[in-house]
Amino acid sequence: MSTLANKIQEVFNEPGCAKNQAKSGKERKKGCTKQLQPGGAAGGCAFDGAKIALQPITDAAHLVHGPIACEGSSWDNRNSSSSGSKLYRTSFTTDLSENDIIFGGEKRLYRSIREIVEKYDPPAVFVYQTCVPAMTGDDINAVCKKAGEKFGKPCIPVQAPGFVGAKTLGNKLGGEALLDHVIGTEEPDRTTPYDINIIGEYNVAGELWQVKPLLDELGIRILACISGDSKYHEVARSHRARAAMMVCSRAMINVARKMEERYGIPYFEGSFYGIGDMSDSLRQIAKLLVERGAPDELIARTEAVIAREEARAWRRIAAYRERFSGKKVLLITGGVKSWSVVAALQEAGMELVGTSVKKSTKEDKERIKEIMGQDAHMIDDLPPREMYRILKEARADIMLSGGRTQFVALKAKMPWLDINQERHYAYAGYEGMVELVREIDKALSNPVWSQVRTPAPWDEVTWEQRADEANAAVAECEAKAPSPCPSPARGEGTSSQRAQPTPSPLAGEGRGEGEAARCVAGEVAELPILPLERAA
Amino acid sequence: MAKVVISKKACTVNPLKMSQPIGAALAFMGVKGCMPLLHGSQGCTSFGLVLFVRHFREAIPMQTTAMSEVATVLGGFENVEQAVITINNRAKPAMIGICSTGVTEVKGDDVDGFISLIRRNRPELDHLPLVYASTPDFKDAFQEGWAKAVTKMVETLVETPAKGARRDPERVNILPGSHLTPGDLEELRGIVEAFGLVPSFLPDLSGSLDGHIPDDFTPTTIGGITVQEIAGLGRASWTIAIGEQMREAAEALERKTGVPFRLFDRLTGLAPNDAFIAFLAKIGGKPVPNKYRRQRSQLLDAMLDGHFSFGGKKIAVGAEPDLLFAVSSWLSEMGCTIEAAVTTMQSPMLEKVPANEVLIGDLEDLESRAGECDLIVTHSHGRQMSERLGIPLFRYGLPIFDRLGSAHRVSVGYRGTRDLIFEIGNMFMAAAHEPKPDDWRLPRGDVHENEAVTAH
Ligand code: SF4
Repeated sequence: MSTLANKIQEVFNEPGCAKNQAKSGKERKKGCTKQLQPGGAAGGCAFDGAKIALQPITDAAHLVHGPIACEGSSWDNRNSSSSGSKLYRTSFTTDLSENDIIFGGEKRLYRSIREIVEKYDPPAVFVYQTCVPAMTGDDINAVCKKAGEKFGKPCIPVQAPGFVGAKTLGNKLGGEALLDHVIGTEEPDRTTPYDINIIGEYNVAGELWQVKPLLDELGIRILACISGDSKYHEVARSHRARAAMMVCSRAMINVARKMEERYGIPYFEGSFYGIGDMSDSLRQIAKLLVERGAPDELIARTEAVIAREEARAWRRIAAYRERFSGKKVLLITGGVKSWSVVAALQEAGMELVGTSVKKSTKEDKERIKEIMGQDAHMIDDLPPREMYRILKEARADIMLSGGRTQFVALKAKMPWLDINQERHYAYAGYEGMVELVREIDKALSNPVWSQVRTPAPWDEVTWEQRADEANAAVAECEAKAPSPCPSPARGEGTSSQRAQPTPSPLAGEGRGEGEAARCVAGEVAELPILPLERAA
Repeated sequence: MAKVVISKKACTVNPLKMSQPIGAALAFMGVKGCMPLLHGSQGCTSFGLVLFVRHFREAIPMQTTAMSEVATVLGGFENVEQAVITINNRAKPAMIGICSTGVTEVKGDDVDGFISLIRRNRPELDHLPLVYASTPDFKDAFQEGWAKAVTKMVETLVETPAKGARRDPERVNILPGSHLTPGDLEELRGIVEAFGLVPSFLPDLSGSLDGHIPDDFTPTTIGGITVQEIAGLGRASWTIAIGEQMREAAEALERKTGVPFRLFDRLTGLAPNDAFIAFLAKIGGKPVPNKYRRQRSQLLDAMLDGHFSFGGKKIAVGAEPDLLFAVSSWLSEMGCTIEAAVTTMQSPMLEKVPANEVLIGDLEDLESRAGECDLIVTHSHGRQMSERLGIPLFRYGLPIFDRLGSAHRVSVGYRGTRDLIFEIGNMFMAAAHEPKPDDWRLPRGDVHENEAVTAH
């Protein structure tokens, strides 16, 4: 475990991460190791994160070493698309039984690798460590080494058992496995001055394919996407790229930075979400390639494509202006993607509630990013009734958020659109923004809303009215005695709201039914304020 | 009599199985105001949560004790205690259902001991029932986790009636297996009530996960059987258990309260429903209502209309033991052959499955045996195999994440069986083979001479 502990420490100390750089040594040490609190809603574990990061390598076998818990309920549920092999969607697990736990699971792991090689003959096998065998001490590094030699196939140990931390840490640990065992182990047949890597893009819902045609047109070749729609050999050969783009989430910043360090591949941090961001990313790619020796004319060609595509996208978005005028959108998500869509929504004539930041200086963007990021953590854990209140007070016409809050929104009879990981629509690039606006329009204009909001003819009091009354009781109690009305759902996230320039509908006190009752009864107890950090 | 075989493979490929803790968590979700709590690392809960959200398309209450690497080594008392306190403060649950996971079982956390300690230290939690089921991931499967949670709820929450207390002749307890949907429970409720009986379901997913718009928003389950009602199960005159998996819970209930039970190993098909209805008529002391006589007659008619499509069809089924038994038995009663049967764990029902062999294995095993079949019956994870083999898939069981309405599919009772005939019969009809000029080509020379008679 000590090597894993070192690895984790190293990842936490990532110098490429500005957030980490700003921390003191001591803070840095504990910063990312902060664990989720017991009794909170759970986010994905490190293993989940590592799998998300590596599974999009489509022709490899992904073998999960652990009991059925880790793989049994989660396989084939990540929406990453492939243009070729489908092997990545086949689930492999050692499905450890009690005997394997008592006597050790290494033998079963070795035999499992052999069976996979014999039956499926993949170019490589990724072996994921999970909590139980990590506890019992199965040495997956040794097994992978031995199996690799014996079967003549790369077997890559991925050391990210769930209990070391959250999904984001797992992303990075997955990246470490690539750095240690894959990248640079093979040579490409040929290289061009137009070769790039895209790091931290997983081709969710095929989003890479909304971007790739633009790169194709410019003659820019994706040597490897790490790891959306990639093949094992592409990743192994990715160290010969001229430049790299690190997709904004920082999920794999360690990969980008270390590849720069080891192979001299410069990278920039960019995003494919939002029209301006897409254009910036294309510009940056062209600039870096030219700096690395590609012909100058690439820049002019890139600008021409950007001008053409931006105009085309804005034109198509503007077509919705009339339909969207006066409509308000409530944007709630932990994804850094969300703020990139702000400009597009505003261009389409929508008003954004929940933030007062207009478009779009760099600092403003940063701030939206901050606010959105933090609120998301809070919102995820809000008592559902509170969520209803927020929706109502925001007087929003539609809510965009991640899947977790979907049913609260829908049960509050609120149009809703998924903009997180598991979504089924692709929102990247120019095409993606137009698609997003189209989806919002579809959701808003659906005739079900007016129907489901009409109460049954015999209903005297609707639940909405009851919820309103309960919320009003809380407000009244608060007005009488502001300080002793404790707020159980508030976490550290609230500090970001205080920083907001104008009062936001999100700035309410989080309070569930129980608290309302307690408040009315005038009996007050100090509730613990819980940190709410978890995987985005 | 099927031979039960255990897969010899080291590597499970495309698992059919899911783990015990989430089976137990789902059972806890059938209690009103309950918060299921997995004692383990956060990922296990997160995966379970996502699974249920995708299947039921509902917000799912489920929390974690968030065991870190360090905590797993030191033991989880503090995590369990803190989780219980936090949940109590924030969600005001009527009950917390705790399930262990692989990590905490390997460490050997004594959760029962933890609970007694919490009881001793925290009198302010006296009002809050804590039910614990030991559900290691590395043993058995989903169905077993469900069964254990129900048994534990019986043992922990049901009160033993006072000596000589009168039973209520109208009350019946129903212990449904994990293979019944909320829609199934609703159907059963209607049937039982038609005999003047008042059923209590433990657990009752038809109140919590049947996809309704709740009257109020709560972070716990939004419906289901109440803790008080569970406490009073001892007043019933009968317990009906559905599925062999519920035998233990029914026995526990009988031990504790003296309420006798009758176990129905399935409620799909004609004969089992005849037995069920006859039993209800007997204990309810009422004649069978016309409604059900009519439904029975409709089922007969559907069987007559459908048998053309079902007869001679070969089916590959992958399901947990009780569901496998129920659907296979019924399909074979419709004239189908169960060509391949794969399941997740041992059960006394396996040898009763009408197939030559039942394999405890995975979907790769099912795929390799399904090549000649007309239909695959398993959960949504059968979709890849269905595509590869070009054989239609009837999505059945849990999870079903790529179709709507999985909570509402009914396959119990006369009506449920009838509708199942229509649904699967329509799939057969849609896949019917169009005749081609070459279909009846004469065999060549020597083959012709000694052609064997093969049964289809
Ligand atoms: S937390 Fe550990 S045991 Fe649970 S799913 Fe993640 S890796 Fe598996």
